[in-house]
Amino acid sequence: MSDPCAIRVRDLRVCYGRREVIHGISFDVARGEIFAVIGPAQSGKTSLLRCLNRTLDFTPGARMTGVVEVHGQDVARTRDVFGLRRQIGMVAPLPVGLPLSIYDNVAFAPRAAGVRDRAVLDEVVERCLRQAALWDEVKDRLGSLGTKLSGGQQQRLTIARALSHDPSILCLDEFSIAIDPVTTMRIEDVLKQLRETVTIVLVTNLTQQARRLASRTMFLLNGDIVELGPTSEVFSSSPADARTYDYVNGIFG
Amino acid sequence: MFEATPQALRRRRQERIATSVLAAMTFATVVPLFAILGYLLVKAWPSLSISFLIEPPRDLQTHGGIWPALVGTIYLVTVSLAAAAPVGVLAAVWLNEYARDNWFTRTVNLAVINLAGVPSIVHALFGLGAFVLAAGLGQSVLAASLTLAVMTLPVIIASTREALAAVPWAFREACWNVGATRWQTIRAVVLPNAISGVLTGVILQVSRAAGESAPILFTGAVMYKAVEKGDLLPYGLNESVMALATHLYNLVTQINGAPESLQFATATVLVGVVLLVNSTAIVLRVVLRTRRKW
Repeated sequence: MSDPCAIRVRDLRVCYGRREVIHGISFDVARGEIFAVIGPAQSGKTSLLRCLNRTLDFTPGARMTGVVEVHGQDVARTRDVFGLRRQIGMVAPLPVGLPLSIYDNVAFAPRAAGVRDRAVLDEVVERCLRQAALWDEVKDRLGSLGTKLSGGQQQRLTIARALSHDPSILCLDEFSIAIDPVTTMRIEDVLKQLRETVTIVLVTNLTQQARRLASRTMFLLNGDIVELGPTSEVFSSSPADARTYDYVNGIFG
Repeated sequence: MFEATPQALRRRRQERIATSVLAAMTFATVVPLFAILGYLLVKAWPSLSISFLIEPPRDLQTHGGIWPALVGTIYLVTVSLAAAAPVGVLAAVWLNEYARDNWFTRTVNLAVINLAGVPSIVHALFGLGAFVLAAGLGQSVLAASLTLAVMTLPVIIASTREALAAVPWAFREACWNVGATRWQTIRAVVLPNAISGVLTGVILQVSRAAGESAPILFTGAVMYKAVEKGDLLPYGLNESVMALATHLYNLVTQINGAPESLQFATATVLVGVVLLVNSTAIVLRVVLRTRRKW
């Protein structure tokens, strides 16, 4: 576990049927960094995340080749895919409160992993809701339905759930497209605090969000890496590739 | 200021015509139901009573009640449900939640759809061959119920799949993302939220099975069984039964000298049973819907 790489990707290709959507990309994500992935729709950002925790398996006809390692462990060969998924917290674009109580939403993952002790679950629920900056708003109604929360609250609930299995990596897939700017800023603050303990992969189509948060940024376009470097360089006036400049300045994309 | 242009007038006229045509068609669908119910009730009135429900037929079935047929129908439906519901629901869960899209799944799907389209008289012949003769069950509650089960199975599968598919896919992905297995996901999130649709689909098949005569005609229904008034357990699984639908058929075509109202009263009870079961399904649906969680 002394590997400085949280995620190592080598020549990753993803096909849906005959259509290849990621064309052999390689990159590393270091431990404890916020790594942003930017790019327009259809550039393979979500497919990339689905390779990390092998939820690509659930898409009929989807296939990945190449090597994806999470903490040095090859995801394609892992014996415990559920354990792999618990190492990665995943936050989807649209907030998904499960149709369970707020408490059960957060306790779902520990329970699925076999935790039965109520005291342990209580502790996990409170810690995760606090980390997601939701605790103060819901602590008096943990028994009410997660689906009845507002969109922004549900997205923070989703983050709390993604943290509930104590992941070492947190992936967020365009988490702010369905919520208001104020909530977005609150979650961004949350992410800055989480950086101390978890590695964050931030997929976003708000280029300014990547600029605010990420230490390094990768620009994906149609399944290829156009540019990968320190965020300050990607967003500088002279990035390595002219398309990067055009994209981050809103000239195309 | 807002002058009615010719186009606006035309649109308004079209709108009025469309609304009235659509409303008339909707009204037309409920007219037959109330016409049938009213006609039945009027004709059946002289024979309808509590004792008609709980007494056995007398005088070569020209008088008396329909208890053996009523209780027989309830038996057939219960046993067929006990066989078809678990198989159908679990098969649907597998097809909807586990099965990959390959030739095998597609074949199963095709088979289920076609099975649902097989006429009930063909199910009857199959039941005669498979359960009565080959399996040696004889003309019995069990053989008739299994025939009904085979007939209702594909529709239970179809309605269950529909109910499962109505649970948003995002819930499943959210569960898988936190390391839950498919079964944990199904148990915690999918089934609890599909249950109203699943139950409604199953119950609607109960009423269908209760009204069928063809599938039980060769497989277990008989013209007459001696049953005590109000006897709740008159039949063994290996015995033949009386049933409402076949009893009605016999009253109308085979038995001379029964008052007309007796036939209509039997029909009324049959329709009543079906409506009762259907309204249970509706109530259940409404109750479970109000507890809908998203």
